[in-house]
Amino acid sequence: MLLHTVNKSPFDRNSLENCLRFAQKGHSILLFEDGIYGALTGTRFETLLKGALKSYNIYVLVPDIQARGMRTENVIDGIKSTDYAGFVDLVAENKTVQAWL
Amino acid sequence: MEDEGVVKKFLYLNRKAPYGSIYALESLEVVLIGAAFDQDVSLAFIDDGVYQLKKNQQTSVTSGIGVKDFSKTYRALEGYDVEKLYVDKKTMEERGLSTDDLLVPVEVLDDAQMAELMEQQDVVLSF
Amino acid sequence: MKFAILVNEGPYQHQASDSAYQFTQAALKKGHEIFRVFFYHDGVNNASRLTVPPQDDRHIVNRWSELAKAHNLDLVVCIAAAQRRGMLDENEAKRNGKDANNIAEGFRISGLGQLIEAGIQSERLVVFGD
Repeated sequence: MLLHTVNKSPFDRNSLENCLRFAQKGHSILLFEDGIYGALTGTRFETLLKGALKSYNIYVLVPDIQARGMRTENVIDGIKSTDYAGFVDLVAENKTVQAWL
Repeated sequence: MEDEGVVKKFLYLNRKAPYGSIYALESLEVVLIGAAFDQDVSLAFIDDGVYQLKKNQQTSVTSGIGVKDFSKTYRALEGYDVEKLYVDKKTMEERGLSTDDLLVPVEVLDDAQMAELMEQQDVVLSF
Repeated sequence: MKFAILVNEGPYQHQASDSAYQFTQAALKKGHEIFRVFFYHDGVNNASRLTVPPQDDRHIVNRWSELAKAHNLDLVVCIAAAQRRGMLDENEAKRNGKDANNIAEGFRISGLGQLIEAGIQSERLVVFGD
């Protein structure tokens, strides 16, 4: 299994979209750094993410949400909150980590 | 230098254009050094990464943009037994590119094939 | 589990080094082994001993040095990437006829082979970049 990491805002780059294009069913995706902006409700990416949740386990790094003044309450339902310890567990649980820089 | 016996699948994931930043050149330097380790190496070019392989790059330290054209090195990869170069089909279509525009032989993979390639890897180096 | 970390961006400009540091700390806390942290591209600048951040900010370079000391971490700076960016240890400064060196404690300069070796020897490689 693969863990994909996305650290770019979907408004800035196509990292998230391409990650979703190549991720296989059951893969995990971690949104962190500026990638967290893709995990929130009320954006034009909400529908994309809601669809993606049907195929992937999606995680978001809470310290990056809080640092940016965004609200964890606004994380799209189904996206799981995690922290650096959880990030470490995700890396350990998956065979390979693929960074979408 | 070599780790006898261990062969892992290494994927170099190239998604950035050359010259505008150094990622393409320094990624290639890793590939060249990595070749000595006899691992199972693949290179994937997605997004602007495909521009790294464009034919007819013309610049040198004393002409053009004043930066060395390092694209010829991709042609030398074969001599290092780095022969698995893959490009993303959608990337090529979006940019109006065909394999004739590229300076080395590549295999064009669709979404499912590229996903499968990624699934098989042990180590992914993203640049 | 044995992890390797690749840091592709310099300190302060991007979050990559901060994220890598937080990740490394969390991994160590969980009892994982960090086989090596490799600094590439502008990531080599994380090793500059001459870094002087404002007093109320984190000291990214010292933070890595201290973590290395506490956990016996192998912090490796790519020699080719370092040289083109003016990062030299004592030996390289001498060899290139330079009057100064600037590699912080706990970091060592070595070749790209160290990155490949880290990929082979570790069970996971995590890339932090831009």
